[in-house]
Amino acid sequence: MFTEEMLKSMKILEETRASRIGLEPRRMTAEEKEALLAKFHPDYIKEQFAELQVGPNKGDKVPLELADLLQAASRIEGMDIDLSAPDYETDVLIIGGGGAGASAAIEADNGGAKVMVVTKLRMGDANTMMAEGGIQAADKPNDSPAIHYVDAMGGGHFANKPELLYKLVTEAPDAIKWLNDLGVMFDKTEDGTMVTTHGGGTSRKRMHACRDYSGAEIMRVLRDEVLNRGIEVVDFTAAIELIKDDKGQVAGAVLQNMETGKLLVAKAKTVIIATGGAGRLHYQGFPTSNHYGATADGLIMGYRAGAKLLYADTLQYHPTGVAFPQQIFGALVTEKVRSIGAMLVNKDGEVFMNPLETRDVSAASIIRECKERGKGVDTGDGGQGIWLDTPMIEMIHGEGTIEKRIPAMMRMYGKYGIDIRKVPILIYPTLHYQNGGLEIGADGTTAIDNLYVAGEAVGGIHGRNRLMGNSLLDIIVFGRNAGRNAAKKAADISLGEMTLSHVADFAKEVEAAGLKGDIVSPKLLPDYVRK
Amino acid sequence: MENMVNVFIMGKKYEVPSSLTIMTAMEYAGYKLVRGCGCRNGFCGACATIYRVKGDNQLHACLACQTQVVEGMYIATLPFFPLEKKVFDVEKIRPEEQIMMQLYPEIYKCIGCNACTKACTQELNVMQYIAYAQRGEYEIAAEESFDCVMCGVCSSRCPAGITHPHVALLARRLTGKYLAPESAHLTDRVQEIKDGTFEELMQKLMGKPVEELKELYNNREIEK
Repeated sequence: MFTEEMLKSMKILEETRASRIGLEPRRMTAEEKEALLAKFHPDYIKEQFAELQVGPNKGDKVPLELADLLQAASRIEGMDIDLSAPDYETDVLIIGGGGAGASAAIEADNGGAKVMVVTKLRMGDANTMMAEGGIQAADKPNDSPAIHYVDAMGGGHFANKPELLYKLVTEAPDAIKWLNDLGVMFDKTEDGTMVTTHGGGTSRKRMHACRDYSGAEIMRVLRDEVLNRGIEVVDFTAAIELIKDDKGQVAGAVLQNMETGKLLVAKAKTVIIATGGAGRLHYQGFPTSNHYGATADGLIMGYRAGAKLLYADTLQYHPTGVAFPQQIFGALVTEKVRSIGAMLVNKDGEVFMNPLETRDVSAASIIRECKERGKGVDTGDGGQGIWLDTPMIEMIHGEGTIEKRIPAMMRMYGKYGIDIRKVPILIYPTLHYQNGGLEIGADGTTAIDNLYVAGEAVGGIHGRNRLMGNSLLDIIVFGRNAGRNAAKKAADISLGEMTLSHVADFAKEVEAAGLKGDIVSPKLLPDYVRK
Repeated sequence: MENMVNVFIMGKKYEVPSSLTIMTAMEYAGYKLVRGCGCRNGFCGACATIYRVKGDNQLHACLACQTQVVEGMYIATLPFFPLEKKVFDVEKIRPEEQIMMQLYPEIYKCIGCNACTKACTQELNVMQYIAYAQRGEYEIAAEESFDCVMCGVCSSRCPAGITHPHVALLARRLTGKYLAPESAHLTDRVQEIKDGTFEELMQKLMGKPVEELKELYNNREIEK
């Protein structure tokens, strides 16, 4: 299975492994990082971005694939949709059944509102489920929300919206407590102390985890709680367009059954977009660690309704996606593997960077090692990879650590006959996270009345690069926040006459800009059928 | 030339490259998936699949996204299986033996056939964790079931009609909420924040110009 070249390089790693134990590779200076990013990070490749020609962000740059969808035709273009007899009526409509949507649903339910969750796949088919490494919160005595704030600000290139980051870090401990009290099983020592580690770019060990099933454990519990409360979940049904009323407020959404194609109308006093990320748009041809439905739907619907995007030109490429074997190409290898001791090593057995730089810097450094320095290992099908030296973990922490702390990784590779306790693994950056998204204020609202956004669909919390463990955190903090506020707001709203005129108006703008093509959006699902 | 194998998707024969997973083989064959496809990375349990290889009577269960095709594979997807989830108020239940008797009494009808364990796509010891749940030993049941992706294949094979994934989830929530030791440092920090302990510092930080924040960031001390 391994190629000759791989085996030869693995031997060099084996011989040099002992010399790496206890090594503390130097961190890059701010100047080194800037130069590295400018030359090797995909966000900096100008020709991969297009200027938007219509809508609230006219003149701003976004990835080519996103620009196409933002300026595409609506799925309901030319259709006459009867808005007078809605199929569903609710106080709070939540679009998306991931961690943010579920958290919002629970809090909106606590707020006494009638809640409905609509999700195009199943509840829990979301990036939350796949988050492996952990969730940050400054709850140890040597840590504080202020230190968390500085870490995230620096990681985000100082572009984070201060009021959002303030909320994220100051409500983090309460988010952990809320999850704990719902029954999430965090890794703890016998006296109850949370087992916490570093993530890339953290200055304190504040990464809480549930083995390497952190997101799955959180999602399973949140979903169970939504079901316990009897909250209505309409699954296999996508929202394809927001509905407004004649006062310009958001008033619901047009839905579509994913199996039958039937269109449905949901009327709602407030709407929360919790549609997640965009990995399945495969920006710049990258593979992705994201779930099947990560196609930026919320950004498209929100944009057409007039909500503004923030930092939509910045994506996160997770440094360690699977480069080999091909069957799991692009799948996530959690940062926790590095948190607990594995280093990044090139084909000659050299440690070329500190393994816990921020994700953008780490990804760019790996790309440089392969593309410029020729120190990558050929993966056998045209690609390259860098070693993540997993056997170091048990040399440092003892036998049994890998099975206990990162069982999902051991299982994923084990299915292809690779024992990560014995041999290192080949990795390469994979499209992982949408740093930008729809702009919100601290209360979770957009500039459009009654429209809230939570989770990965939000832009601004993480600036231009998110730290590990701040996403599981933000879906909880901002999901709950949006749920609470949307429920409160719903109590004193009276809706006018429902209309889809904004969709028609947007289409006119697109046509006037000469952009009319045959693409329709939102995309809903990627197309992987062989042509 | 790619090495090809013959597989039978719902009984129909297709020739596909041997390097593919069951999921990508279906897409290669022309299926546009809506059902039976979620995270595509082995965490969500959407793509539970049952297969048998021609000439072998052994029935296998797997996740389609995590399993490579082999020659002569007969594939039946299990995109949905009716699991019976009981509703409870997590604030009112307690980690006592009787809660399982109330909510999931069928677990006491387990006949010990071990079909659940044999079918588990995550190679968990399912029958064993059900035994722990029967005895009210929730912490061990939680520990043993932790890597469950709730695909439901175990339940599809159970002659006693047990919904294993939900029994396990209940055991885990009981453990996380009631049996795991309290984290005093967490409780303290939540209180400190409520008391406004960090408020002045936070306000000062938020008002700082970027140059000062950069200075702080570039010179911060990193815990070893």
